[in-house]
Amino acid sequence: MHPDLSTSLCNNSEVEPLIKHAFHISANDFVSAGEASQKIKNILKQIGVNSELVRRIAIASYEAEMNLVIHSNGGELLFLVTPSEIQLITEDTGPGIPDIELAMKEGYSTASQQARELGFGAGMGLPNIQRNADTVDIRSEVGQGTILKITFKI
Amino acid sequence: MKSTKEYYHSVTLDKDKCMGCTNCIKRCPTEAIRVRDGKARIIDERCIDCGECILVCPYHAKIAVTDPLSAINEYRYKIALPAPTLFGQFKNLKDCNMIMAALMKIGFDYVFEVALGADVVSELIKEKLKIPDIPKPLISSACPAIVRLIQVRFPNLLNHLCRVESPMEVAAQMAKDEFSKLYGVPIEEIGAFFITPCAAKMTSIRNPIGNESSHVDGAISILDIYGPIASNLKSGVDVEDLHRASGAGLSWAITSGESNSLKIDNYLSVDGIQNVIPVLEEIENNRMSDLDFFEGLSCSGGCVGGPLTFENGYVAKNRIRLLAKEIQNKSKKIMNLSYVKKNMNWQIQKNIIEKPVLKLDENIVMAIQKMEFLERINKSLPGLDCGSCGSPSCRTLAEDIVRGTASEMDCIFKLREKVRNLAEEMIELSEKMPAGREQKGKGENKLYE
Repeated sequence: MHPDLSTSLCNNSEVEPLIKHAFHISANDFVSAGEASQKIKNILKQIGVNSELVRRIAIASYEAEMNLVIHSNGGELLFLVTPSEIQLITEDTGPGIPDIELAMKEGYSTASQQARELGFGAGMGLPNIQRNADTVDIRSEVGQGTILKITFKI
Repeated sequence: MKSTKEYYHSVTLDKDKCMGCTNCIKRCPTEAIRVRDGKARIIDERCIDCGECILVCPYHAKIAVTDPLSAINEYRYKIALPAPTLFGQFKNLKDCNMIMAALMKIGFDYVFEVALGADVVSELIKEKLKIPDIPKPLISSACPAIVRLIQVRFPNLLNHLCRVESPMEVAAQMAKDEFSKLYGVPIEEIGAFFITPCAAKMTSIRNPIGNESSHVDGAISILDIYGPIASNLKSGVDVEDLHRASGAGLSWAITSGESNSLKIDNYLSVDGIQNVIPVLEEIENNRMSDLDFFEGLSCSGGCVGGPLTFENGYVAKNRIRLLAKEIQNKSKKIMNLSYVKKNMNWQIQKNIIEKPVLKLDENIVMAIQKMEFLERINKSLPGLDCGSCGSPSCRTLAEDIVRGTASEMDCIFKLREKVRNLAEEMIELSEKMPAGREQKGKGENKLYE
């Protein structure tokens, strides 16, 4: 990951998160795919986040996790809870998105044949995240990687 | 019938039989059981009466409380409401009327098939499916254990529930209405008793999920009534033509029966509560919005796999399938649908509310702090999920510690670690002599110098 990208996105949280989980997500690992999102969902239910917000975060985290599995060379999914917001941050090591605007369009997908056969790659991932999150910040450099920061207000 | 307690449960523990093993705590889908002081304890707020613990307990220490057969005598007129499952309990049964006649001989004045209620409910669900913008998939509200599971673990999906009353409730109303008109007797003098394959239904009668009270007055376990029916069949019964339900209604006893009765293709039916949970997770993650209907049944094979049934669930399932095929075209069609809609409670009235028992604290900031504490404890535990502490997993023990209902020393590995540390400390202390005495170790060392 490009150091400038990292600092610009990750070092701006003013409050130290109370809950912080980092999940390593491997590329093309369909065996564990979805487990991180499942853990996140369970934690949210236990801390008593209202169920509508749990639903939105669950959808977004699942899509974000799947994006790492299907499209990236692998990366980290970070789950942060502060008293005022919940953040999901994914950081991968490539290949990067050449045209973010295009990638945010419904129906657009670069998923591999293997992934499509498994029912992924309908081109709804990023749009789905966008629809459910309060803010989405995405930065990418081809050959470097992508950082996606999804924020939900509590 | 109305409950006086906030939490009524049919599933209870026979303390004398409980050995304090870990079978039930491991199997419980809502982590509602702990072993404390050598005995299992059910956490009332969490229990959904699915009966998994009844099925898994090797000592038969988990039981379902149902009404004794004698309870029917509290009413002047008695109606039996046999669950469709009952008809799958007997070998080579060709005619449902045989079972109904055997029930009459036991002392019921009238027998009304719940399968007939199911026929009506199927029509009502079909109408629900046509409502535009109804949340999809529509989730069946037939299995009370699944509805309670959703209340506890999937509150997001409460608005997907189809909220049509169960065949049992509809049948009870139809039966009482019919009987009171037929014989000119007041409804209050009629008692309707469900012949039940499961504990969850018993709980629904005492403590209905979306209504103030049930139209059913009691539930008798299939296991309790199987013997009397069998002996009546042996001694001979006067067969009357009482059977009216369709094969589709009867098939509600088995997985996909309800879905098939709706005449739709785009449905998913899943049985066994441990199988239902991951599918509900998928629906919650919005990955099944293209599906029209979801039927989730707590027991394997459907109601035929209920904990209060006598026959092997799969054997019974096959019998229901054959019987349904047999009676398919002989059905004497159902009561006027508009009459039911006008005169009976066919919709779940009250809001089905969330039961947030998983929450660590009412205050979210406190809950977050507790979660952080929970994670820290969890990391320090061995992660074997052995259950020796009485909690189903290490993580649940961490949760129990945070909630103040367990301590870290309940973990035998933690305890052993502590004992070892104490022992080391003791050895260390034993080697220390008062300063005035010659130090043994030092003295010896001197010899070698």
